[in-house]
Amino acid sequence: MPAGLATYILRRLLLLPVILLIVSFVTFALGRYAPVDYVEIQAGPRAQPETIERIREERGLNDPVPVQYVRYMGNVLTGDLGVSTRYQGFPVEDVIFPRMWISLQYNAVVLVLTFAIGLPMGTWAAMRRGTWQDPLSIGVLLVFASAPVLISIPLLQWLFAVKLGVLPSGGWSEAEYLGVELGLFSKHAVLPILALTLPGVAGIARYMRGQVLEVLDQDFVRTANAKGLQAGVVVTRHVARNALLPIVTILGFELAALIGGSIFIETLLGIPGIGLLAFESIKSRDYDTITAIVLVGSTIFVLTMLLIDIAYGFIDPRIRVEGSIS
Amino acid sequence: MSYAETSPTPFEAEPLKNPSYRVLRRLLRRPVAVVAILIIVVIYGAGVLAPWVAPYGFNEADFRNRYAEPSLEHPLGTDNLGRDLLSRAIWSAQTTVIVSVAAVLTGGLFLGVTAGLAAGYAGGRTDSIIMRAADTFASVPTILLVLIITATLLPRIVELARDVEDLTGFDWIVSSGMPSYFLVFGALAIFGWTGIARVVRSQVLALRQEPFVISARASGAGTPRLLFLHLLPNLTNLLLVSFTLSFGGLATAEVGLTFLGIGVQPPHPSFGLMVSEGVGLSNVREHTTLILVPTAFIVMLVMSFNLLGDQLTDVLSPRHR
Repeated sequence: MPAGLATYILRRLLLLPVILLIVSFVTFALGRYAPVDYVEIQAGPRAQPETIERIREERGLNDPVPVQYVRYMGNVLTGDLGVSTRYQGFPVEDVIFPRMWISLQYNAVVLVLTFAIGLPMGTWAAMRRGTWQDPLSIGVLLVFASAPVLISIPLLQWLFAVKLGVLPSGGWSEAEYLGVELGLFSKHAVLPILALTLPGVAGIARYMRGQVLEVLDQDFVRTANAKGLQAGVVVTRHVARNALLPIVTILGFELAALIGGSIFIETLLGIPGIGLLAFESIKSRDYDTITAIVLVGSTIFVLTMLLIDIAYGFIDPRIRVEGSIS
Repeated sequence: MSYAETSPTPFEAEPLKNPSYRVLRRLLRRPVAVVAILIIVVIYGAGVLAPWVAPYGFNEADFRNRYAEPSLEHPLGTDNLGRDLLSRAIWSAQTTVIVSVAAVLTGGLFLGVTAGLAAGYAGGRTDSIIMRAADTFASVPTILLVLIITATLLPRIVELARDVEDLTGFDWIVSSGMPSYFLVFGALAIFGWTGIARVVRSQVLALRQEPFVISARASGAGTPRLLFLHLLPNLTNLLLVSFTLSFGGLATAEVGLTFLGIGVQPPHPSFGLMVSEGVGLSNVREHTTLILVPTAFIVMLVMSFNLLGDQLTDVLSPRHR
C-alpha cells in the first residue's frame, strides 16, 4: 500500500469517531432541551408532581446534560439504547431493529436496481448523442428526477391502485418465509420500490451520460476506435470503465436520498419501517427512540461514506497525492 | 477607500462584465433555456406579487363551492373548504421563494462562499478546520437532523418570538409565520453550505497562483480586496450553476419538511401543505386536482431549475466555447 493512501485512510478513520460524537451529542441535547418534558408524557396526565420528581431522580434526569450524555453513551456502547416512551417500557433496540429490517429489504432492492438500470441507460443515451433518442430519453428522465417521492407516490397510487387496481395502495405484508419476515416478496413492496427507483435511475442515468460524454471526447477513445476495435469493446473496456470512477461518489448521495425518501414513502404508504418510526417518534416526542434512530442511521451512513472514500482512494491515484477529495 | 478612488490595475477593469453578457447571450439562443427561465420567472414572479396577482386570499373559504370543478371563477377548482386552488398555489409559490432565497443567501452565498474563500485562500490550518467541518456536515443524514432540529426547536423559537412581541409591542411576528420560515431556511442553510464551499475552495486553489492574483497582491491589494474584487468575480460562472441547481433542491426540501408537519406551519400556505391535504386515497380517487395542482407546480419549477442548470453547464463548459 502506498504511503499516501495509508495516511489518507488513517485521516478518514480518525474523523469517524469525531463525527459520531458531534452528531450524537447534538441529537441528545436537542432531545433533552426539548419543549415537552418526556417524563410528564410517560407518567401520564394524572401523575402527581412527586411521582414525576421520583422518575426524574431515578433516571438521573436532574443531572447536568453533559453528565447524562456521558452515561447515555456508556449505555449505548453496551448495547442499551434506552427505553421507548411511545411503546411503553420496551427497550429502544427492540423497537427499532425489526423496523429497520423492513426498510432495509426494499431499500437494498432499490439501490441495486438504480445502478443496474441507471448505468447502462446513461451510457446508451450518451452513445446516441446527436440522434432523437438521446434528448427524448434524457427529457423523460429529467421529469422523473424532478418529481420528489412525495409527489410521485400519490400519482403512482392513483395509477396502480385506483385506475388499474392491480396493486395494494399501501401497507406492508408480514408474510414469513423460512421463519424470517420477508414482506419484500409480496405485492406491497412494488409501489415503494417503483417510487424510489424511478428518481434514482433518472439521477444516475443523467450523471452517467455526462461522464460518458466526457470520456468519449478523450484521445484514447479515438485511438481505440481508429485501430479498429469493435464498438462494444470500446464501450465496455475503455469508456464505461473510466466513466464509472466518479460514480462511486454518487453511491453516498444515493444512500442519503434513500434515507430521506424512506421517511416520505413509509409515511405515505403506511409501511411500518424505520422512516415511519422516526416520523411518529418525533410527533409523539419519544426522544430516546429518535436519538437512537439518528445515531444508528448516522453510523451506517458515515461508515458507508468512509468505505466509499477508501475505495475511491484505491481506484483513483490522484486522490492519494492530493490527500483529500476536493 | 472606495473602489473609484484607486487607479484600476490593468487586470481588473475589463474582464469582469463581458463574459457574463456572452454567457447570457449564448444561453438565450437555446430554446430550452428560454422556456426554463420563463417558467421560473412566471412562478417566482407570481409568488413575489402574490398579494396583487392571486385572485383570492390563501384562506378565503367559500363553503358553498367545495371541491368545485375548474371554472372561470376558480380556474383550477377549489379544495375541501372551497378555497381557490390557483390562489393557494400562488401564495405557496411565495413561501417557496422566501424559504429558498433566504436559504441560498444565508447558506450558499454567505456561509458557503465565505468558508470556501477562506479555506482556499488561507490554506494550512484554517483550510483543514473548515474542510473537516464541511466533511462532518456532509456525512450525516441531513433529513434526520433537520427533522429533529425543527421538531425540538420550533416551539422554543415561537416562545422566543412571543417574548419579543411582548417586549416590543409588535403583535404580528408569530401570526406572520416568521418563526417557522426562519427555522426552515435556517435548518436548510446549515446543511446546504458544504457543496458550495468545496467548489469555491478548489477554484480558489486553482486561481491563487494565476498572474493576475499575484500581481494584484504585489501592487498592494489587501486580503479582502483580493478575495472579493479579484477572486470572487472569477467564480461567478461556477456559483451560477451551483445556485441554480440548489434552488430546485431547496424547493423540494421545503415541500418535504412542510409535508411532514415540521416546516412552514398552517395556515401559511405551502406546496407541502397542499400536497398533504391532497393525498389520501379518497382524495386521490375523487378529487385528483387537489394533488395534481401542487404537483404540477413543483415539478415544473424543479425541472426548470434542473434544465437551466444543465444548459448553463453546457454553455459555460470550455469545450463548447
